[in-house]
Amino acid sequence: MAQLLQHLINGLAAGTIYALVALGYTMVYGVLKLINFAHGDVMMVGVYMGYATAFALGRDMRSSLLGVAVVFAVAMLGCALLGFFIERFAYRPLREKPRLTALITAIGISFALSYGFQLDIGFLPGAAPRAFPEVIEPVEWLVIGDRDVVVWNWQVISFGIAVALMVGLQYLVFRTRFGQAMRAVSWDHRVAALMGIPTDRVIALTFMLSSALAAGAGLLYAIKDTSVSPLMGLYVGLKAFVAAVIGGIGHVQGAVVGGLVLGLVEEFVVGYAASTWRDAVAFGFLILVLLVKPGGLFGRVAAEKV
Amino acid sequence: METPAIPVPQARSAVPASLRGLLPVLLALPVLALFQWLMSDAPFASYLLSVVGVNIILAVSLNIVNGMTGQFSIGHAGFMAVGAYISGVLSLNLKDVALSFLSVAVSDQVFFVVSLLVGGLAAALCGFLVGLPSLRLRGDYLAIVTLGFGEIIRVVVQNTDAFGRALGLSGIPQTSSPAMVYFFVFLTVLVARRITGSSHGRSLWAIREDEVAAEAMGVDTTGYKVRAFVISSFFAGIAGALFAHFVPIINPGSFTFVKSMEIVVMVVLGGLGSTTGAIIAATFLTLLPEGMRSLFTLLGAEGSLAQKVDQIRMPVYGLLLVVLMLARPQGLFGTKEIWDVLPRWIPRKRRGLA
Repeated sequence: MAQLLQHLINGLAAGTIYALVALGYTMVYGVLKLINFAHGDVMMVGVYMGYATAFALGRDMRSSLLGVAVVFAVAMLGCALLGFFIERFAYRPLREKPRLTALITAIGISFALSYGFQLDIGFLPGAAPRAFPEVIEPVEWLVIGDRDVVVWNWQVISFGIAVALMVGLQYLVFRTRFGQAMRAVSWDHRVAALMGIPTDRVIALTFMLSSALAAGAGLLYAIKDTSVSPLMGLYVGLKAFVAAVIGGIGHVQGAVVGGLVLGLVEEFVVGYAASTWRDAVAFGFLILVLLVKPGGLFGRVAAEKV
Repeated sequence: METPAIPVPQARSAVPASLRGLLPVLLALPVLALFQWLMSDAPFASYLLSVVGVNIILAVSLNIVNGMTGQFSIGHAGFMAVGAYISGVLSLNLKDVALSFLSVAVSDQVFFVVSLLVGGLAAALCGFLVGLPSLRLRGDYLAIVTLGFGEIIRVVVQNTDAFGRALGLSGIPQTSSPAMVYFFVFLTVLVARRITGSSHGRSLWAIREDEVAAEAMGVDTTGYKVRAFVISSFFAGIAGALFAHFVPIINPGSFTFVKSMEIVVMVVLGGLGSTTGAIIAATFLTLLPEGMRSLFTLLGAEGSLAQKVDQIRMPVYGLLLVVLMLARPQGLFGTKEIWDVLPRWIPRKRRGLA
């Protein structure tokens, strides 16, 4: 029983992080109908930005509340900028082209970033994984029984940050003018443009927002995993994407539910079956969901226009 | 999007119809024999040429699904892995068996071809299984399912004792030869070209251009999509099996998402739908790192830069994709074949059927 509870807690902690990354996928897909394959790699770049900032701050500074805030702010702002440039120079010129071209471009950017960061030329970090500095000092937040169930402070903090970000996003999308514009562009960007909505600006802002979210989620992941490597974006990104598709891509609540479900499924596979099968189970689960509900759990399959 | 002209049956020909289909094969065999003889004492060159050949098979076969049918599949390395492992295990088990009525070398080759075909068929079965979801999934979703499938194959291989887990298989008899690789290159290209010219190919093109319209015109879209997957994965399996029989060791690391993407880059660079484009792109991209390495060594950049070629390769592929999509989204040849874009003064084949 205690073991089950522990797995539930760990699964939820992992799931919230997946959910945050998945939200970025879902937002971009909702607005542009583009699977932003490079999303995970933007996240990875954000983690390295946070890594560099944490080192620059020094040991005492980075574990203070202000230090944590600075690390998150630098990474999120840096990624927002990166997202802006990617959108401006790689995706915007292809907006009226077939969707496949944009998908291939996204894959290209993903490869350029993840393998580019593996080089050890100049400031690039090289392929070896590195230990992420202790931004949040791990403390046991809650211990039940004779260490049967342990809840760490970073689990609570990342859960809190994730929930706050999700609630904020929900508010932004459904209660603000910008969110209204986003939803209009998502519905039909040509008609939205005719109605006077600056579609280019809305899309660019959506990209920046999703990239900033990715950086935040990536930092939480790095705190949990305590290591960073150039390929983490490829794999975490893929998982988060699976989460987004399970929930129904383009659907905000779906991404959250998909992330939590995926986190729990993975945790239970690792806990009760073999940890080496984790990736296969994640993808198997995805295929299963898609076969039963081709649009994901919350998505609808739109009737195709002829 | 331009489609090739509809083939016109040619009535006048000196060769009887029954022989005409066999003619390419009969022409290919002596050429391949000569090729094998030339390559016999150049181990590195024949290794390199075999890799080029395997990549050509992979690119041309992926082109059947990605290019001709327009179903974006990004798990091709998974099918390759199935072929490589199944045929590798088979060859390992048949290593000490020989057909008594044949000489050892010939008997080895017979077993080799058998294991190739078994590997190809196993991959084709997997292709059938992956093709089935395409009954319900379209576009991006199908791409993700193929990606997931490729990853599942890798994890399964990594966790199966019979496949050597993460260490992979070693000691597979090295029975492959450049001539054998190129015979299958030839077969793959022949099949791909025959498909383009057939009514089957028309249906694939129709699905690529507009699936809903194709269905409305009475094309059995799901049937054709599944068939395209089966044919494509069969040849990917063959390519994997060939690969397993000339490299000393195969392991799950050779068949990751990265390998799938390498093949996608080849197809996209050549032009989605162009068989000759896929061949040229596969050859170019396989030889490029070697060429760069030799160039750097020649220029005297000892060690550092020449060693970094493999590191630089992947980011360069990524940027290549981006630049290509921005500058020339249809790839080098688009949907055309090389003879459609050659200058006018070079004598051409008759238009239509190639």
